[in-house]
Amino acid sequence: MSDDARRLKPVDVVIVGGGWAGSIMAKEMTEAGRSVVMLERGPDRSTASEGAYPASIDELEANFRYKLFQDLSKNTVTIRNNSQQTALPYRRMAAFLPGEGVGGAGLHWSGVHFRIPPDDLRMRSRVIEKYGARFIPEGMNLQDYGVTYEELEPFFDRAEKVFGTSGEPYMINGKVVGKGNVFSPSRSDHFPLPALKDVYTAHLFRKAAEEAGFHPYSLPAANASRQYVNPYGAQMGPCNFCGYCSGYACYMYSKASPNVNILPVLRQHPLFDLRAGCHVLKVELDADGRRATGVTYTDPDGKVVTQPAELVILTAFQFHNVRLMLLSGIGRPYDPVRNEGVVGRNFVYQNVTTSNVWLDRGIETNQYIGAGGGGVAFDDFNSENFDHGPLGFVGGSPVWVNQAGVRAIAAAHSGGPPGTPRWGSAWKAGMIDTYRHSLRIDAHGSNMAYRDVYLDLDPTWKDAYGQPLLRMTFDWKDNDIRMNRYVVDKIGDVAKAMGARRVNLTKREFGRPFDTRQYQTTHLGGGAVMGSDPGTSALNRYLQSWDVHNVFVIGANAFPQGTGYNPTGMVAALAYWAAHHIRTTYLAHPGPLAG
Amino acid sequence: MRGLAGIAACGTSLASRPARSHPPAPYVPRFFTPIEWAFLTAACDRLIPADENGPGACALDVPRFIDMQMDTPYAFGAQWYMQAPFVQGPDNLGYQLPHAPRDLYRRGIAGMNAHAATRHGRPFADLAPALQDDLLRGAENNRLVFGDIPSSVFFDQLLANVMEGAFSDPVHGGNTGLGGWTMLGFPGARADFMDWVDRYGAHYPLGSVSISGETA
Ligand SMILES: Cc1cc2nc3c(=O)[nH]c(=O)nc-3n(C[C@H](O)[C@H](O)[C@H](O)COP(=O)(O)OP(=O)(O)OC[C@H]3O[C@@H](n4cnc5c(N)ncnc54)[C@H](O)[C@@H]3O)c2cc1C
Ligand code: SF4
Repeated sequence: MSDDARRLKPVDVVIVGGGWAGSIMAKEMTEAGRSVVMLERGPDRSTASEGAYPASIDELEANFRYKLFQDLSKNTVTIRNNSQQTALPYRRMAAFLPGEGVGGAGLHWSGVHFRIPPDDLRMRSRVIEKYGARFIPEGMNLQDYGVTYEELEPFFDRAEKVFGTSGEPYMINGKVVGKGNVFSPSRSDHFPLPALKDVYTAHLFRKAAEEAGFHPYSLPAANASRQYVNPYGAQMGPCNFCGYCSGYACYMYSKASPNVNILPVLRQHPLFDLRAGCHVLKVELDADGRRATGVTYTDPDGKVVTQPAELVILTAFQFHNVRLMLLSGIGRPYDPVRNEGVVGRNFVYQNVTTSNVWLDRGIETNQYIGAGGGGVAFDDFNSENFDHGPLGFVGGSPVWVNQAGVRAIAAAHSGGPPGTPRWGSAWKAGMIDTYRHSLRIDAHGSNMAYRDVYLDLDPTWKDAYGQPLLRMTFDWKDNDIRMNRYVVDKIGDVAKAMGARRVNLTKREFGRPFDTRQYQTTHLGGGAVMGSDPGTSALNRYLQSWDVHNVFVIGANAFPQGTGYNPTGMVAALAYWAAHHIRTTYLAHPGPLAG
Repeated sequence: MRGLAGIAACGTSLASRPARSHPPAPYVPRFFTPIEWAFLTAACDRLIPADENGPGACALDVPRFIDMQMDTPYAFGAQWYMQAPFVQGPDNLGYQLPHAPRDLYRRGIAGMNAHAATRHGRPFADLAPALQDDLLRGAENNRLVFGDIPSSVFFDQLLANVMEGAFSDPVHGGNTGLGGWTMLGFPGARADFMDWVDRYGAHYPLGSVSISGETA
């Protein structure tokens, strides 16, 4: 394909994907004086057009016709629960919602913006230190990231300042300064903005969690609690809790997005060239497969062209990054039978379940009010914050009320309490009661990596360009189901303290397979993980391919296993971390940064 | 909001719709045939019946919404991955049929009417509400067999679109008079709660508003 492709003028850096990771890397590389081409398969997008009020406040278009999401008709994945099954195409959007277009999913995400718990970065070592190697279940590929919290801290700080994150700190430079998360590590500085106000349900949850003996804190949110100007000079307005957050471009310019926080500045830069409507087919390698020479893509006219570059940075989102590596022959594909090879290994998801609490009919929970990243959480059962010894499982789960705004069609679909019919007068009564007087509490748990849960290329189905779809082999495992069930029981304690009229605790059930039809999260991870052992990681600790040194791969694909937190704070910090090492070391001395 | 008489009439036929004080031109469906339209209006009113909690699907013009949706790329399956082969598998791996929403309606309505005819000798629209409910429940639980589509697939498609029609912005043709939002207590496109976020326990005083500025 590349032989007859048109060759364009070489550039220093080509970046594949225009989301958070791509925009951060492009900003950093232009600051380093390099010419950058950013290729985005979807359309160009901006808050001024996609976020224009009131046309943007349209639940049907945003959440049910997936206006801003990936065009599945062109490209999707296949999914199966185990390697004995035939994986089938993910034909309609449901379980997860990949983004597309300039800004990626960052244009319309929710904004919960976390740092990763330090223990999660060295999970394997930590579990062995605390409980011994035999504590790790058979078949679980538990790993360390190969980077520490102390090393990443400046980059978490950088990302929060760029995103304009609102939050309440607990500890700064070792001193307790506020009422933030008592389990969170020390910070070098405050959040750039104070925490968002609690919506009513979060306020009730905070009181009840305290009464139940837990340690509630304000979710760190990349939804600006006040007006803000970030270090690039980009401006944000104050979030008004509009309730149209997840799935929408923010008409208030309050939700951090590449489109608001980075691209307005980047677009002006003479070294930056953004090309929308350009779908990258593969990374081109030299004859011995050790160096990338550029990428081949289809341009908006459908012509196949090759863009030569010195450095290729993949930022196409977790599973698209893995697929591009497989399609290009970068790194050894994972073989689950022999547990060898690395590309596709350690594919993970988010182990989330949502429980419901009904309050007295005199209390209106106003679920339509909310900000995507706002809410109140407690971490008493997250990470290594509790003793797993007697419990016998690895991993944990924050618990929270994260009322991002529940809109009318979604409320109609959720209906009434379990046992209520899905239609007719009984549905109507149950749904109205539920909408007006209930709240939702999530257990947003980690998902561990397993030997037989992985990504590879599908043998049957192809995308619109004739390339094989990515195949996901995924199911929930006993360890993770037990973790979820343990933590969800704690929600029962909080609901009791809230004076609940009725509670529905939603737990993962043993033997019930992963269901692609139900929305969970778009927090997919792993598949091309970072680490210090080329035998178990596709990328070194700088997110550089072990095999092809001028390819860096930035995204949640780098997570060796899932965490209880949402991924983007970590993805952004890893982008700044990798960029720092590219700028300070790699550009002067191109070659492997670790070895 | 339309009166109860209007709601009842909706389930029978277009021609018998009573005139309102400012009679709008009756909606003429573009996609659905008269027989299909009769099914659709009858079924919608069973799925969301008018009752003490608020208007039914017909008063909210849900059938009109669905007919208008049939002209959008969504209804042609343009947003779904529709590449062959179509292999059936366990339910939890999701939809695997070659049919777009337009086909699902054509086949599903024919299937429902065929069942109504076999069991009761009349099309669905002409049955008593209890019999209509029985057939809908049969489809919901996949107990009816319709040629090449499982009846629950058709039912789920219909129910999803009915919910969308009753609760989406009126710009799409349903939720007439913002009746769906009002019964739910959803303020619609207000989208600004700066002053209300921490008024804990106080009743939100403003009614719903739509994208076009219509209020209720
Ligand atoms: C509704 C929703 C809510 C979310 N809420 C949160 C939250 O509250 N907190 C949180 O931490 N995370 C959240 N996330 C996840 C968050 O959006 C992602 O972690 C984040 O956007 C990832 O950034 P990225 O740059 O890696 O990928 P993306 O933002 O997905 O960007 C990747 C880009 O690459 C493009 N691309 C892919 N393949 C190609 C190709 N072959 N050629 C060219 N371009 C290509 C895509 O079109 C896309 O624009 C949410 C996601 C969704 C969908
Ligand atoms: S809730 Fe806040 S951040 Fe989210 S879209 Fe609305 S105004 Fe923007």
